[in-house]
Amino acid sequence: MNRPARDQRSFARAIGGAFALSAAASIGLTVVYALGGQPQIEGALIGASLGGLALGFVWWGTHLLPQGPFVEEREPLTSAPAERLAFTEDFTRLAQETPRRRFLGRMLLVAVGALAAAAVFPIRSLGPGPGRSLFRTAWRRGSKLVTEEGGPVAVGDLPVGGVVTVFAEASVGVADSQTILVRVDPASFRPLPGRETWSPQGYLAYSKICTHAGCPVGLYEQSTNSLFCPCHQSVFDVVDGAKPVAGPATRPLPQLPLEVGPDGLLRAQSDFTEPVGPGYWNEGS
Amino acid sequence: MITRPLARWFDDRLRASSFAHHALNKVFPDDWSFMLGEIALYSFVILVLTGTFLTFFFTPSSKEIVYQGSYAPLRGTRMSEAYASVLKISFDVRGGLVFRQMHHWAANLFVAAIVIHLVRIFFTGAFRRPRELNWLIGVTLLALGIFNGFTGYSLPDDLLSGTGLRIAYSIALSIPVVGTWTAFLIFGGEFPSQDILRRLLITHIMIVPALLVALISAHLAILWRQKHTQFRGRGRTETNVVGSKLWPTYAAKSLGLFFGIAAVGGLLQINPIWLYGPFNPSTVTSPAQPDWYLGWVEGALRIFPPWEFRSFGHAVPNPFYPAVLLPGVTFLILYAWPFLERWATGDRAEHHLLDRARDHPARTAIGAGAFTFYVVLHFAASNDLLAKTFLVSVSAVTWAFRILVVTLPVLVGAITYAWLSAVHRSEAEGVLRVPLAAFVPVEPPPTDDEGEHVEPPPGHGLYDPRSTAP
Ligand code: FES
Repeated sequence: MNRPARDQRSFARAIGGAFALSAAASIGLTVVYALGGQPQIEGALIGASLGGLALGFVWWGTHLLPQGPFVEEREPLTSAPAERLAFTEDFTRLAQETPRRRFLGRMLLVAVGALAAAAVFPIRSLGPGPGRSLFRTAWRRGSKLVTEEGGPVAVGDLPVGGVVTVFAEASVGVADSQTILVRVDPASFRPLPGRETWSPQGYLAYSKICTHAGCPVGLYEQSTNSLFCPCHQSVFDVVDGAKPVAGPATRPLPQLPLEVGPDGLLRAQSDFTEPVGPGYWNEGS
Repeated sequence: MITRPLARWFDDRLRASSFAHHALNKVFPDDWSFMLGEIALYSFVILVLTGTFLTFFFTPSSKEIVYQGSYAPLRGTRMSEAYASVLKISFDVRGGLVFRQMHHWAANLFVAAIVIHLVRIFFTGAFRRPRELNWLIGVTLLALGIFNGFTGYSLPDDLLSGTGLRIAYSIALSIPVVGTWTAFLIFGGEFPSQDILRRLLITHIMIVPALLVALISAHLAILWRQKHTQFRGRGRTETNVVGSKLWPTYAAKSLGLFFGIAAVGGLLQINPIWLYGPFNPSTVTSPAQPDWYLGWVEGALRIFPPWEFRSFGHAVPNPFYPAVLLPGVTFLILYAWPFLERWATGDRAEHHLLDRARDHPARTAIGAGAFTFYVVLHFAASNDLLAKTFLVSVSAVTWAFRILVVTLPVLVGAITYAWLSAVHRSEAEGVLRVPLAAFVPVEPPPTDDEGEHVEPPPGHGLYDPRSTAP
């Protein structure tokens, strides 16, 4: 399928032009680079230099080169029976000339299996075992609540409706200890049974790690007393023990028992009483 | 010209002429949909080239420093060395930003091309004997591509990627029995650990790429051996391949494609990590979303109901079902599909001619339903954005998706099945009296868009496949 010679010549000119454009862009790129570089111009020039090559090749392939169609026959994919037989014989030579081959085969399997099992052990070096670390955080009895900047929180610091992220003193930034401190009107809610002493003057502290997949539960909406997780939109009800009310989370955010020290600073009564963060197999033990 | 003596020099030592002759004359079908695998391959080449450049400047360390580089808005901020090194690549290394963007684009394109390639292979039945092996390798390549995309996304240690890692850790934690150990061994301890960035880097630039190279090579070698499939058409049979020759026509087009793909990446901005800020375990940006190829898992995490299994002090937490079980089952079915279909149809014959979607209404319907399922999940990953756009509550959107994800695939599957069966039947009667029949080609397409005619070249003894097909 040959095109008229005139057509061919004009295509050749176009292809040459595309390659020339590419060359010019590449030279420009070198210059821009030498002058100190500028990402947008670099990007455009790279685009032009590669694009020119692309156009040239595609035009060359579709307009100047033989279009066929050409036909190629397939060879069978299966070996001829004689070839197969010959191979089987070659391979079974091992078995034919070995006495007690079943025994040897089994021992070989045991040896290789034992080696493979031993080779698994270095995996253990990759990390410490979980132990009890998932059950503990940095909070201790009497830990001061401090903000990200490291300052303690006094009982008068937060207005009703206020919210701040706090850590245990000396553990600022430690991921598993991040806690969200909210102040609500003490008259507007009733603490859960067993937690009556945990929320002095309306201060409620919950683990900030979402119990769904661990994102920080950062958004507090005062009008509904809800905490939102931005990752998969779980919503927790602050005045109802941070029970999940929407989204995929299933467990309430663990609550940190608070007290007011004689110095007027907020402190923890103890660590969290249940594991913080997303669930795992043995979390209940 | 130097080429001739050079070729002779090699041939004197390797006896390569006969192989080269065969190779250059190899015939490749000319259909556009056959380019998809090629696009994936070339994206991979671009990933390796640009990635190598990036490796020279990236520091896989979570050690905290105070940023003093040239991006003013973040100067004085505390951040990890890793994040600072990515800022350096973006603002201080000449050409660095362009390489980063090309790398990120190529990564997205790599997975996209594999997915569309897989869809094409599925609907045309190209996975049938003798190509099951390449199907298995291809599915593995998809899994590795998604995985390596995620490890790469996590490396810059910006706020988005750190959040992604946090979720990945929680997902690992959710695996029954071995979850805590798995998470601790992968991350080197409780999140956030000091070791994870170095491990991600080694995985991202050595382990997975090595596997990819090996598998891509095998994929191509098998393809070479088995030759391409082709659509039905005049002159095309089960025992031949019709198309252009590797040299020079196909090679020229293919090189054009390569440069075309590379050109895209330089132009558009992607992943401006400097806007996200450094990772800090107690902050999170909203909306936080992964790269597109994990959208379906993200969507599943968002709309899976708050269920979990709990008894005798043990728990199988909520993320396990959408983020471990669902992907596991997805890939299991993908791997098993050729064998499932063979078991269902009893078709054990070799196939080199492709099906059209309507030749196999059941397969097409299942495929369309499954595809719908993942598309719905994908959109569910934007439930918060959709809620904001349409001024409804997030939970309403979530509920809509929960309903859609169950009903829509079934609906799409059923409609597809009914429609294709009708087309199939009426085609057998020789009349197309089916709604929307205009959208299916009536005759096996004898030409492609170039308008090329498949005339039997003289002396080739071609025959009409329909007259001899069993
Ligand atoms: S991590 Fe909070 S909803 Fe998923």
